[in-house]
Amino acid sequence: MDQQANSGAVAHNRTAVERKSERELVVTRIFDAPPSMVFRAWSEAELFRRWWMPRSVAGVSLLSCDMDVRTGGKYRLEFGMGGDTMAFYGKYLDVVPNERIVWTNDEGEEGAVTTVTFEARDGKTLLTFHELYPSKEALDEAMTGSAAGLPEQLDQLEEMLSNRE
Amino acid sequence: MVQYSASLDLSFAALSDATRRGIIDHLARADASITSLAQKFQMTLTGMKKHIAVLERAGLVISEKVGRVRTCKLGPSGLEAEAKWIEAHRRLFDARFDALDELILEMKQEEEDGSASE
Repeated sequence: MDQQANSGAVAHNRTAVERKSERELVVTRIFDAPPSMVFRAWSEAELFRRWWMPRSVAGVSLLSCDMDVRTGGKYRLEFGMGGDTMAFYGKYLDVVPNERIVWTNDEGEEGAVTTVTFEARDGKTLLTFHELYPSKEALDEAMTGSAAGLPEQLDQLEEMLSNRE
Repeated sequence: MVQYSASLDLSFAALSDATRRGIIDHLARADASITSLAQKFQMTLTGMKKHIAVLERAGLVISEKVGRVRTCKLGPSGLEAEAKWIEAHRRLFDARFDALDELILEMKQEEEDGSASE
């Protein structure tokens, strides 16, 4: 049992997502590289844009990526989605090289504060991506607004259904 | 035209109404009696019962009568919403982090090549 648990922990490089509390969402994963290297991939725009919106996420592409990763700096990402452009922007509240990056999400009214930490683990990096929403309602809203598909997707479906009649 | 399955039609039709979407949203936070829902959405008991019946047929809401009070809560389809969202989020980050893994491999290779040529 112990052996299994150990090998499981070592081999663990899968992505885990957990709603940690009413206001928090946490994503974790282990990367086979030291924190300094993983931090570079998060803090240099040229590197960041190569993985943040991978090709396998159908229909969305990263059009531009400006980031000034230091405390007080700003970022702006623009995505293309079926002819529309969406912008995500905010500022870095706290940046400690090779340790953590904290930023705001200012495109919405009740945006989360995101904290990414890089922890050394036997030559690897435990990465924790943590989102803190201003209220339970804001996180609920983020949830019901997207994959639960209540407002947006249903509005589209409603349109399709009404066209059919 | 596109064909939909009957059960899918049922849930989409059930949710095509703003009040019914509001009811789902409300029940996602707490169970409620039909009476309190009627008050909350400022409509008659009969009107609310009709909305609940539509949501029940779609499996989005289930209701249970205890004594004189009928209590509503999210049904299986409604309860899945949060789990689905979490799963969608996990897939997105999984795809991102797989791409990041590949990039890290390249970075390591470059570092090795760099130190080998020194």
